[in-house]
Amino acid sequence: MIRVENLNKAFNGKPVLSDISVTFEAGMTNLIIGRSGSGKTVLLKSVVGLHEIDNGEIWYDEKLFNRLEFNEKKEIRKKIGMLFQGSALFDSRTVEENVRFPLDMFTDQSLEEKTERVNFCLDRVNIKNANKLFPSEISGGMKKRVAIARAIALNPLYLFCDEPNSGLDPLTAILIDELIKEITEEYSMTTIVNTHDMNSVMKIGEKIVFLSDGVKCWEGSNKEILDSDCSALNDFVFANALAKQLRKSLK
Amino acid sequence: MIIRFLEQVGAYFILLRKVFSRPEKPYVYYKQTMHEMVFLGLNSVGIISIISFFMGAVITLQTAYNTENPIYPTYLIGLGCRDSILLEFSSTITGLILAGKVGSSIASEIGTMRVTEQIDALETMGVNSASYLILPKIIATLLFNPVLTLISISVGIVGGWIAGTSAGVITSQDYIYGIQYAFIPYYVTYAIIKTLFFAFIIATVSAYHGYRIQGGSLEVGQASTKAVVHSSILILLFNVILTQLLLS
Repeated sequence: MIRVENLNKAFNGKPVLSDISVTFEAGMTNLIIGRSGSGKTVLLKSVVGLHEIDNGEIWYDEKLFNRLEFNEKKEIRKKIGMLFQGSALFDSRTVEENVRFPLDMFTDQSLEEKTERVNFCLDRVNIKNANKLFPSEISGGMKKRVAIARAIALNPLYLFCDEPNSGLDPLTAILIDELIKEITEEYSMTTIVNTHDMNSVMKIGEKIVFLSDGVKCWEGSNKEILDSDCSALNDFVFANALAKQLRKSLK
Repeated sequence: MIIRFLEQVGAYFILLRKVFSRPEKPYVYYKQTMHEMVFLGLNSVGIISIISFFMGAVITLQTAYNTENPIYPTYLIGLGCRDSILLEFSSTITGLILAGKVGSSIASEIGTMRVTEQIDALETMGVNSASYLILPKIIATLLFNPVLTLISISVGIVGGWIAGTSAGVITSQDYIYGIQYAFIPYYVTYAIIKTLFFAFIIATVSAYHGYRIQGGSLEVGQASTKAVVHSSILILLFNVILTQLLLS
């Protein structure tokens, strides 16, 4: 479980996140949604520790993460897997080397053991016969899956995904969503997904936090989102023509 | 402007502190250093050899045409070529060339990793990204640049010999006598010491500019240019300081 309390973050004096308090549950797919520029990525990166927060508290289970020393933070980070918007695979390494990287850095396993684990992770995300390919030689969807395989290589307790569906076709996006949900349940991870894709929201949003202009406006589940009385959320949810039509017909 | 300059200097030393922290996995760093030695060092042998060859050739010909006087023995052409290469050209010119080739490569590689969130990925995993990315480059350049300087000295002297004898400005015997005449071995040490300083400047200044990029591909290009310009200026500055310290 990850708990955020009264988090504030500003860049050059301009507030980006204001007084955010939220609990991300373990074994559940937690979604942060909102329009572009609403502060989703800043919140996610603040929780991971890539941005120093101005004030507030970030708790990883019973540990106050933002007050820990570098080495203590490092111990928690070993339990974190993260999928970045652009996949962030290492260009100079093959698919296999990318997935093996956390194992090389943080385990004393033999090469055979590491290779076995790499193959298991790649198999888990349905990547076959691509071990020796470089990131530039595989598709966007494959890159995302390899990034997930790398993120789960060390059996993380916390998984963060920043816009996992961006740039993917709808079918591949659904596959990625399903994969994230399956992995979350399988390993009982605390998963936080940043998205503005309504398909993801309806499919995997067990817990949803809606941000608007850096402020938390709404919290609930995918079952409650359509009945919300938050106007900013309704504008976001029913933004596209199909959703508007559907809402009209339901009324 | 002064405050901005001091901020940059401060940020540079803070980054260096992060770079020189204890490596997580020495074996991984060793592998990375070997890779960098090939990428930054071995791949520069060609360009260094070509430039040094022609540099030696031009020094010999210019020395010959500027000392066309019966008072001067012709073997002084070989001596002049040797000392020019040893004292200045091989270390400084090689340093400046490497600032362009290696420096821009380091800045753009690290900068691209920054803008494509690869550095964030390392940090999220708990890897000290500054140390992992920069330390192997520093070690590789410190180990390999002296080798490049020695290659440059050798090829430069051979270039001078080929050009001098081909142009008929000096005989082979005189040139070989000249390059051995009044040889001071300390000059080689001096060249190596300068090279080590220049290697450190190239690797760290370029890495600093790449590591601190904020933005996109435009900033990668700008950082690459800054890396070359700042490294070159520092090389020239340290050239003066080291010459005064080591030869006075």
